[in-house]
Amino acid sequence: MTEKNWQPRIVAFFCNWCTYTAADLAGVSRLKYAANIRIIRLMCSGRVDPQFIVDAFARGADGVLIGGCHPGDCHYVEGNYKALRRFQMLKRMLDDMGIEEQRLQLEWISASEGDKVRTVVNDMVEKIKPLGPLGIPKKFEAWDKEMAELEEKITSSEPVAAPA
Amino acid sequence: MSNPSHNGTDEVRIGFYICHCGHNIGAVVDCPAVAEYTSKLPGVVVSRDYKYMCSDPGQELIQQDIHDHKLNRIVVASCSPLLHEHTFRTATERGGLNPFYFQMVNIREHDSWVHTDLIEATAKARALAHAAIRRVRFHKPLETTRVPIHPDVLVVGGGISGIHAALTLGNAGKKVFLVEREPSIGGHMAKFDKTFPTLDCAACILTPKMSAVRSHENVTLWTYSEVVKVEGYVGNYKVTVQRKPRYVIEDLCVGCQECIKSCVYKEPKFSDEFNVGLSKRKPIYIPFPQAVPQVVLIDPERCLQVKTGKCKKTCLEACADRQAIDFNQKEELIEVKVGTIIVATGFKLFDAKRIPQYGYGLYPNVVTSLELERLVTSSGPTAGDIILRDGSKPKTAGFILCVGSRDLKTNRWCSRTCCMHSMKLAQLFKEHTDADVTIFYMDIRAPGKGCEEFYDKSLREGIRFIRGRVAEVTDWALAPEEEGKLVIRVEDTLAGFVRRIPVDMIVLAVGMEPQVDAQEVRRLFNMSCGTEGWFLEKHPKLAPVSTFTDGVFIAGCCQGPKDIPDSIAQAGAAAAEAMALIDRGYIEQEPNTAYIVEEECSGCKSCVVLCPYTAISFDDAKQKAIINEALCKGCGTCVASCPSGSIKQHLFEDEQIFSEIEGVLAYD
Repeated sequence: MTEKNWQPRIVAFFCNWCTYTAADLAGVSRLKYAANIRIIRLMCSGRVDPQFIVDAFARGADGVLIGGCHPGDCHYVEGNYKALRRFQMLKRMLDDMGIEEQRLQLEWISASEGDKVRTVVNDMVEKIKPLGPLGIPKKFEAWDKEMAELEEKITSSEPVAAPA
Repeated sequence: MSNPSHNGTDEVRIGFYICHCGHNIGAVVDCPAVAEYTSKLPGVVVSRDYKYMCSDPGQELIQQDIHDHKLNRIVVASCSPLLHEHTFRTATERGGLNPFYFQMVNIREHDSWVHTDLIEATAKARALAHAAIRRVRFHKPLETTRVPIHPDVLVVGGGISGIHAALTLGNAGKKVFLVEREPSIGGHMAKFDKTFPTLDCAACILTPKMSAVRSHENVTLWTYSEVVKVEGYVGNYKVTVQRKPRYVIEDLCVGCQECIKSCVYKEPKFSDEFNVGLSKRKPIYIPFPQAVPQVVLIDPERCLQVKTGKCKKTCLEACADRQAIDFNQKEELIEVKVGTIIVATGFKLFDAKRIPQYGYGLYPNVVTSLELERLVTSSGPTAGDIILRDGSKPKTAGFILCVGSRDLKTNRWCSRTCCMHSMKLAQLFKEHTDADVTIFYMDIRAPGKGCEEFYDKSLREGIRFIRGRVAEVTDWALAPEEEGKLVIRVEDTLAGFVRRIPVDMIVLAVGMEPQVDAQEVRRLFNMSCGTEGWFLEKHPKLAPVSTFTDGVFIAGCCQGPKDIPDSIAQAGAAAAEAMALIDRGYIEQEPNTAYIVEEECSGCKSCVVLCPYTAISFDDAKQKAIINEALCKGCGTCVASCPSGSIKQHLFEDEQIFSEIEGVLAYD
């Protein structure tokens, strides 16, 4: 995809009971929203391991969206609170890593809020577009290249071996 | 289910199927192109597109391919897994594989139905398909677990739906606990005079059911009671019911009502809830003559003895040696175990004061449809006489439809029954008073059996219909014939001009709304509500009485506005669904439980406190955490939090999710 028509790629982790169902409802209601989102179903937002989010960024996601039931409505009593805690911690970490805060979002969307799926996704896409690609895989490539060059340099200068 | 996972080899052989779903998917996603793309992915042996994968030939296609191509993994890209995952798992199993070697891709609800651009939607379908193909590689053969079902049922709400469900279950030999919050069962139907379209007497068809459910050997009826706590899960719910004090011992009261006669309040003084405030009652009362149970109760807010402790207690004397009255009665909490729950908590009527231009509460002769219902009932406050507040008979009346329905300012939905209900009341109005009756409507909706004929009957009986949403009701007379009358201002949209129509009485056909505490009830039973606040069914067509919580069913108007036949049909359906679970004796649970890889557990105990179901304990001898699989509900919170990665979750293993992430991002 060329830079000109670049579209952000958003990975979403939706809980089975509320947000995934809401996304189904958005479909049944034929609401239209940006096609940038790729939804991964989990049973609960509490299952969202921060590693999933970091991994998504590392593999080229420009944004990550977590969707869970509203506070007090979790199908598993309190999994969404756990998700919230992890989200708060991870946000700080991502900030240190230079990943803009708009790229990670946590939303409470109940099974009835099909329209909220639409607005949340559209808003997120609009927020991420001006930030441009996060491009972590490209950075990895650059770092790999740097390492390779360094290695190359060291091996080519090998004749000057360590003193016996 | 004990099939070899790899057909003798370790090679993963994936069959991929993309469904056109007629035009539902096929019109927006280029299905052959997706199949072409996936055919080149590693491990994919068969890649096909087909018109309807869920149809019999579609399923057989999978089974045949498993056989012919020695497939050991199946991926279907079609609708939501919440709709057809089970269908395709079964097809996979029939093909000879473990059903959990299957993964579903949602390209209808999450793709073709929400996007319009063919290129974007197809790209998204490719990405999602790619993710599933990567994921399914890591699937493992799993077995479902069976949980026994407690055979008893809880029915919440004693309206016609709850009564019918309880009776159906009771007749089938199931033990039922029927809980009603009001002092009597009967719900809204008990307040009706006659029912449309047959005009049979509501009491004659309801009261026999009320007494039948009361005396049924399999039904335990608790009125004036509320469910306050629900614990457990399908098959094994523990429910706490709060029985509010009536200050009358139910088993001792014979319903003679001598106490009511002898109350120190010689005349009824307090607003009567059952007659929607149109009559008065005493502090000790029975809600209505046909109330079930026939047991009086004391209003603690009004009774002098309960309030102040200073009363002559003439009621006690009247009760004499029956000693049914107990001023010290306290609320009681009862715990019961049930396997399934039917929620039939009904609706509330729209508050007509929210539309001030109709003058309800301002003009005394503007009444709601329920108030008129009480007036026409022979057992009502006027013994069936329709009278104005001054006692005279109305000569003209206007019915305003869609009050709090089909209105962007209040409620958007159609309450479904008000057209028919108003026509019924209009016919009764004419019968009782010979008045001129006009119905102001937007559209007459009479779709049920016998309903259109009922509309014809209304026309034949000389009821006038004026099409137009009423703008306002006023008592401001502009002409001599309007003096002392209520004037309806309305644009007659068929004639094309604004009319002023003076009438004596105005009836507002108020719509249905979710109960005030629907949100609390929803939380209590772990259900969902739709946008409007009605309880959400699992599927609008295929599972109309099921909820997202297994073992909890809904019936009647708590799910949405409906008439009596529809409520009863749902109640019967909910009872049948409950029975289907009970009679099978067990429920198969999704094997998505968490498990511990013992060698890797460092014994840090961080998971133990996280589990909301106390399914995780700590083995002090081994210094390892243990998961009780029977208690685990499969949320995966502990999995995400284990610092050593030694807790895993069936169906949602880390590798599976990581490969999905990789897959959705692999395609540009």
